[in-house]
Parts: sequence; structure tokens; C-alpha cells
Amino acid sequence: MASVAAGAGIWARGTPGGPGLAWAADANPLLAGRPLVRYPQKTDLILLTSRPPQLETPMKYFEQAITPNDAFYVRYHIYPPTEVDLSTWRLKVGGHVEHPIELSRDDLQGKFTRASVAAVNQCSGNGRGYFSPRVFGGQWANGAMGNAHWSGVRLRDILTTAGVKPGALDVTFDGLDEPASPSIPDFVKSLSVSRIMDDPDVLIAYQMNGQPLPLLNGFPARLIVPGWYSTYWVKNLSQITVLDHAFDGFWMRKAYLIPDTPCGCVEPGTAPAHAVPITRMKVRSFIISPEDGARVRVGRPITLKGIAFDAGYGIEEVAVSTDQGESWRRAQLGRDLGNYSFREWSFDWTARRAGVYRLMVRATNRAGESQATEPLWNPAGYMRNVIEHVDVRAE
Amino acid sequence: MARTVVVILLTLVLVGAARAQKKSIRLPEDNPMAQLKPGPGAEATHDHCFICHSTDYIVRQPRLDAKHWQAEVNKMIKVFGAPISESDAKAIADYLAKNYGTQ
Repeated sequence: MASVAAGAGIWARGTPGGPGLAWAADANPLLAGRPLVRYPQKTDLILLTSRPPQLETPMKYFEQAITPNDAFYVRYHIYPPTEVDLSTWRLKVGGHVEHPIELSRDDLQGKFTRASVAAVNQCSGNGRGYFSPRVFGGQWANGAMGNAHWSGVRLRDILTTAGVKPGALDVTFDGLDEPASPSIPDFVKSLSVSRIMDDPDVLIAYQMNGQPLPLLNGFPARLIVPGWYSTYWVKNLSQITVLDHAFDGFWMRKAYLIPDTPCGCVEPGTAPAHAVPITRMKVRSFIISPEDGARVRVGRPITLKGIAFDAGYGIEEVAVSTDQGESWRRAQLGRDLGNYSFREWSFDWTARRAGVYRLMVRATNRAGESQATEPLWNPAGYMRNVIEHVDVRAE
Repeated sequence: MARTVVVILLTLVLVGAARAQKKSIRLPEDNPMAQLKPGPGAEATHDHCFICHSTDYIVRQPRLDAKHWQAEVNKMIKVFGAPISESDAKAIADYLAKNYGTQ
């Protein structure tokens, strides 16, 4: 059996149960046994899988609306590039266009109007580990998400420059990541031409929170599709191809499918009759402080804090319940960074008696979409958006 | 002399600029704390699954039954294109169901 050399690099910091290695959590069974690791250009993140790299953001970072670049989660399907040379890197735009073009990063920065958007990037399978009945796949807790100011070029400006020919239907996106074997499908995603041309917020971003993207978050450029799950946000982008037909690639037709039902869900444990590609994110909200299992003082006021987001209508209301969902009261909304962004909220509360309190949060967007008390279920473990809670003990 | 210094300085500036153009990272090796349990089929499982992903992808999965593991191995072959023979596939599915399945 081939063996993996231990004791080098990040693993040298400690052994299980021994000193030196930090663990993600003792309280959350889903995180048990998952070490905190520091990958290049990243801070300590919770390891999901080392190859391909999948790293989860600890929930404490979501107390603020903007997620720091070094704390932003990482998710690859195949092998990420480990080197990018800007002197040779080009974003190639071709296919069903009048003028195929090749853009350097300087071209992107200098030849197009700069555009920015604050937008949530969330893995389709964020929270999959909480599905019941359980499903196979990356057993994420809720840290496969983040929110950043993305800056770059409007994709429609690039397509206009290349000159989309009549009859163009889909546009595919490929990055520098590569499969381990030729039999494995390369990670390629598509958007329709109309989706791109109608939406000024679909960007090719070369900056994240004012800095170049970390390589594991897509340096030198990635696709930004605000409101849609991050499976579309292709990283380390290298090739854009306009098609005169519908794209039928693996990652659109076989993977990232949800049941073709209004909720994207089915009866738990059953298979859907028809499936369609996942697209828009569902409304979600989280209590970040106090954290689950925290102790609070009876009679001492505290401020509950967290974030809420949706697919781009914007958050209308965040409500908090401190009595297991019997009654709900409005939380204060924080600064509005745009409809696609995390929205901070806060709620002042005082525990009046000793005991365990279940604190719950529920967001509603401007289209009236909200969160349910019962979790939805689908076989791939996508789109979790149940009302979340933390339990605290008042003493 | 002064000219040599200028040439050296210019070279350093150019090398520096070239380096700034290049970003490279070194990824850590696989998580050594996620070794597969020993037993019949462990070797086939390791050697085939290892092609695409580290073993932490396996040991962190929920404990589902043999039918689920069989379907998962089939998915890796038929959907993801994993190059695994039929006999190895059976050995792998049996191993996973026995060691990482329902008790």
C-alpha cells in the first residue's frame, strides 16, 4: 500500500490528542477530529479534505459582514494550480464570437470599466453534514460560505468586446485546475448568454476585498455570479467559450442537480423524478454570537449578533426567538452593503431565569421568501436553509 | 565600474518584477490522521481512491449501508470516470461497507 509521509509541513505541529495541533471543535460532533490547518495564503481553517483542498471557515468570522481573504473557505473538485505566471497567463475568450481575444491581467485592469459588487459565495453543499437522513459528500458544517467585495470587469463588457455572434446560447468557463486522470471530467461550468448580458453584476473579478485573490480562491481571476451557489464561480479562470448550442458538460448535466420541485427538495430518503441544475441561493441566517454552548449571566444584557443573506432581493427582516419559536421579535439590521451581501443584524437580550435557552433566527427577504422550521432534504445535500439555532446556558 | 553596478541593479529590478508576476504555492501533503482501517480490500481501496482524493474524504463520510457504498463506488466509476476494474470495485465496496458502513 502506498503510504503518505507524515510529520512534515503543517502536520508537524502535533499529533492527535497531543500538543501543538489545534482542533476545530470538541462540542460539535460534525467537526470532531477535524484539525485546524494553515494552507498557503490562508489562516487557520477547518480541514474537510486535504486533496482536493477543502477548508471550512470557522463561524466566528461571520460576526462581520465581510469575510477576510485569508479566512475565506476553499473548495476544489480537482487539483488546483500551484503556480500562476501573470506574464504568460491569459484569459482566452473564443468560440461563437466575432473576434476571439486573449486578455492579460493588465488588460482586465486597464482596458475595461471597473465594476464591484459585495456578494455571498456559498457552496451548494454548505451544511450537508447536518442532513437527516445523512448523505454522502463533503460533510460541511456551515462554514462553506463567505462574503467579499469583488472587483473586476463586467462579463458582458468582455463578451461585447469579443462580439457574440447571433445564435449564441451558452457560455462555458474553465479554469487552470486539472483532473488527476484523463478519464475524469475537467471542471467546466456554463451560464446562458442572456443570464450574462442581463446582469451587470456578473463579473470577472481580479480583486477580492481590494487585494489580489488568494490562489486557492481563484487568482488571478474568477467568475462572480451573485445570488447563485458558488459552483458557478469558476476559479483560476483561463478559458471562456461562447457556444451556439446548449452546453451538456458533465458538471452541468450530471453534477450539481436538484429535484425539479418548487422547493428543490423531496421526501427524505427518496429520489426525485426529474432533476435540474442548481442556481439561486435560498434565504439563510445565523446567530454567530453567542456561540452554541456559551454561558450567559442571568439578568445581564447581551447583544446577539449574526448575519443573513438571500439570492439578491435583499433582506427585509431578521427575527429572533428566545423561546423555542413560540414568539419572534425583530432584530436590528446593520449596514446595507447591497442585496447580494451578508447583512449584519443584532438583537439585545437578557436571560431572566437560569437554564438552557434555545436562541433561533429567521430571515425574510424582500420577495417574502423565508426559512422553515423543518429542514428540506434532497439526495445530494444541497440548499440547506432551515431556521438555525444556538443553545446557551444562563447561570 | 559604475556601468557594471547599473547593469547589476537593473538585472535585480527585472528579476524582482518577474518574480512579482509569478505566484506559486506548495500544498501540504495528505492528512496523515485519516488512515484507512486495515483489512481485506483496504489496499485496493487506498490505491484506487487515492488517485483523486485523500483518505479523509472516505473516513469522514456518514455510516451508510452497503447499498449506499455500492452506489457510491459505482458513481465514482460511471459518473466521475475512476479507472477501477469490476473485481476491484466489488472489493472496495465490500471493504467500505464493512469498515465504514452501518454497524
